[in-house]
Amino acid sequence: MLELSLHVLDIAENSTRAEAKHIFITIRENPEEDRLTLEIRDDGIGMTEETLAKVLDPFYTTKKVRRVGLGLPMLGEAAGKTGGGLILESKPGEGTRIRVTFGLAHIDRQPLGDIAGTLVTILTGHPKIELIYRHERGGRSFLLDTREIREEIGDIPLNHPEILAWIRLQVDEGLMEIEAGA
Amino acid sequence: MAKLKIEDLKKIKERVHAETALRDGERRAKITVHMGTCGIASGARDVMDALMKVIEEAGVIDVAITTSGCMGLCSREPLVTVELIGQEPIKYEYMDANKMRQVFKKHVLEGEIQTPFVLARGAEIVK
Repeated sequence: MLELSLHVLDIAENSTRAEAKHIFITIRENPEEDRLTLEIRDDGIGMTEETLAKVLDPFYTTKKVRRVGLGLPMLGEAAGKTGGGLILESKPGEGTRIRVTFGLAHIDRQPLGDIAGTLVTILTGHPKIELIYRHERGGRSFLLDTREIREEIGDIPLNHPEILAWIRLQVDEGLMEIEAGA
Repeated sequence: MAKLKIEDLKKIKERVHAETALRDGERRAKITVHMGTCGIASGARDVMDALMKVIEEAGVIDVAITTSGCMGLCSREPLVTVELIGQEPIKYEYMDANKMRQVFKKHVLEGEIQTPFVLARGAEIVK
């Protein structure tokens, strides 16, 4: 993965497979502490402690079509390289929370990349999921909440091309407005 | 806090309702971009971006786009499945933005399967 936003897409796909109805994605850029934190939380089926202990092993996967599962290990690796790390919490029936920290200015930190593309891609495949994306930098923040959008558009599916184009624009403009720099 | 421009959504809603009332409801195709870890790492999101742009440029509203997970052929990602309604699905391998545009214009719009990029015909069995 070349961008953090690609990791976000990958982990969010895990949430959708765990039957999550809501995915909360929060990114915080903290230049004073030289920290970038990424949190992805869902209300999917969750994992037992036993499973949780195995998911960072690249040779563990729930899939039957192949024998490796690289999504979480690669994210952990990406964080570790920048002096950060990955913390996983999960409870069966409640959901999963992943918190990842990175060194914001570390030379090995991947750029955030096209986060709007990631959000739009998640919604294209899973238009019924509620996505709550929050991005903070300094004291400023941007929030995208699909529940608000759904209230306005009524029976139009969230993955209608015009709605997705609107979401993409909102995210790109919103991040520019708060001067997100990752 | 940066505020969303909600009022634009109302306009989109009206326009979409007007369009939907005009067409007969039948979809011509379904396109699936495989979005497993392997697909994402090898460029599936760029393929998806290209697909959405070319659909918008063509002004086509009767094509459904969706995503799916890994089907076990990670080394041939990005994979895209094109299913014209009433026909067998076609799987394309090693896709990129350019190939996606070509497949959309030639296969989806004109019905010509782009054989140099084809991996297989038919659907995988999802376990």
